[in-house]
Amino acid sequence: MNVHEYQAKEIFARYGVPAGEGKVARSADEAIEVAKSLGGERWVVKAQVHAGGRGKAGGVKICDSVDDVRQAASDLIGGELKTQQTGDTGLPIHAVYVEKPADIESELYLSVLVDRATRRVTFIASPEGGVDIEEVADKTPERITQVAIHPAAGFQAYQAREIGFFLGLDKKQVGEFVKVMKGLYEMFVECDASLVEINPLVTTKQGGLIALDGKLNFDDNALFRHKEFADMRDMTQENEREAKAAEHDLNYIQLDGNIGCMVNGAGLAMGTMDLVKLHGGEPANFLDVGGGATTERVTEAFKLITAGEGVKAILVNIFGGIVRCDLIAEGIITAAKDVGIEVPVVVRLEGTNAEAGRKLLDESDFDLIAAQDLTDAAKKVVAEARG
Amino acid sequence: MSILVNKDTKLIVQGFTGSQGTFHSEQCIAYGTNIVGGVTPGRGGETHLDRPVFNTCGDAVRETGANATMIYVPAPFAADAILEAADAGIKTIICITEHIPVMDMLRVRAALDDSDSVLIGPNCPGVITPGECKIGIMPAHIHQEGKIGIVSRSGTLTYEAVFQTTHNGLGQSTCVGIGGDPIHGLDFTDVLEMFENDPQTAGVVMVGEIGGTAEEEAAEYIKAHMKKPVVAYIAGVTAPPGKRMGHAGAIISGGKGTADDKFEALEAAGVATVRSTAEIGSKMEEILG
Repeated sequence: MNVHEYQAKEIFARYGVPAGEGKVARSADEAIEVAKSLGGERWVVKAQVHAGGRGKAGGVKICDSVDDVRQAASDLIGGELKTQQTGDTGLPIHAVYVEKPADIESELYLSVLVDRATRRVTFIASPEGGVDIEEVADKTPERITQVAIHPAAGFQAYQAREIGFFLGLDKKQVGEFVKVMKGLYEMFVECDASLVEINPLVTTKQGGLIALDGKLNFDDNALFRHKEFADMRDMTQENEREAKAAEHDLNYIQLDGNIGCMVNGAGLAMGTMDLVKLHGGEPANFLDVGGGATTERVTEAFKLITAGEGVKAILVNIFGGIVRCDLIAEGIITAAKDVGIEVPVVVRLEGTNAEAGRKLLDESDFDLIAAQDLTDAAKKVVAEARG
Repeated sequence: MSILVNKDTKLIVQGFTGSQGTFHSEQCIAYGTNIVGGVTPGRGGETHLDRPVFNTCGDAVRETGANATMIYVPAPFAADAILEAADAGIKTIICITEHIPVMDMLRVRAALDDSDSVLIGPNCPGVITPGECKIGIMPAHIHQEGKIGIVSRSGTLTYEAVFQTTHNGLGQSTCVGIGGDPIHGLDFTDVLEMFENDPQTAGVVMVGEIGGTAEEEAAEYIKAHMKKPVVAYIAGVTAPPGKRMGHAGAIISGGKGTADDKFEALEAAGVATVRSTAEIGSKMEEILG
């Protein structure tokens, strides 16, 4: 789960990670109040959306007067921001973050994540901050370093010193940097984060360090023990259908193709999409209905798939394990009728009682196309989608 | 022969009396798995499914001599259950539970590295040696005793590979679901090594998916150490970068771990790959003749 910059910075501050002075505002009037309370003569107004690349997309405005702050906030709030990361569908802006500008000397990159290969919480750092880190990794990999933290020993100061000197910090700054990394590690572990990215972490002309931006993701599986963070979830920043799917415990991801897919199991769902593609089709979604594949879940899944425009055919691929295929077939028939599906539905059922299930599909008055096997299913659905 | 589990395996179930634990224990018992008891804290002394219930793993091991455990404990308490099993000296720990926090698994793995217990999973269908021992949630009837070892990160794709190798008469020696989570127990390489050393196994099916580098590491292992044929399939060619496809582990980050990368690494290692899930069984049949 993702949170906004202002929320991330609030949490940073609790762990002693300096994040500058600023506050969230939900209207132009609030923005002016924040600017006045911060003082000074210059402010930065930043659109709060769950996406990077805000600066280039016009979501970050430098303001030299309170009037400018009003203008920037009213321009942004209520609008939409399209960045490199959002694609064509922009994200709605409901709030801005108003902060004091930093006196920037240099821009660094720092992130924390779980490296699955070493099974350690790992810091990644580079003196090339404020730019696309993937590009740095690609072109100048020697400008990136990393350090892994042992889960039993925990964070050690030397690990931060190593990175600090690599980043070109002076002795005093390295002292500050040790505190920043220590705080980030504690935060990462205690909050069950899955990613922290500070790009850029800046050094100021006064010799300090400030997290100028902050991206913070939480491990969804651990939200049960962090109600405070779970409540920070902003559904307006998520794909509507994906959020709706999550409510029904369905795992759904929207894609660009025209063949809807409904499958049990995440691996088989990916395998099915690949198979559709292999036979010349384009999947419209990834959808894992889970092991149960009950009538209720299948109904919700059909609703999600058919809510998308441009779905020309649907492929249902169920490997009935513990659940019998005849029961699944009944569920599919009921759901297809209830939802009122108007596009061809190809069904591949395999596993326990598959023969009985196929018979039910063939005999139903709803026009379902039963496939003999996986390959047959993929070919049939691709042909149906072409019309 | 087979790997990990066989007819001599003495199994306990953690989360024995819960609905999932009960349902799947019944299925395993019906298959012939030797379940010697279960653990549910606070219900020690009771009998469930005609087997004794214990308060702790330690008690269960002392009383029954169990050498394997199957865990259905809910995610918030699953890390605790795994470590309790290891501490009680259980050698084979199979954790079915899904949605365990990553931070919990980091600690569990670090602790297990200092023990001689092996963990399979979590978030996996389990392990089955057809005809001898079923530990997990896989549908029993699609399996058949035979000579193919199957190792997979995904449950339903494992069933697909099993179904196909049963259908063409090859059968399976042992099927191991290593689980879809980013931090888990046994990895492809560990299981491949076991299959390479198992006389019953003639060939190995490996089913991977996007994310991480476990398949690339497996490719290196196969190239350097394996004489038996391996057929590999990787799910997720069509996965958009940066999106999670159900398994938390299946995330492509920083351009690493794409299905194409993995196919390439495996092919370079001389592994027979298939681009269609439907061709796993037929490819193996073709190779073994």
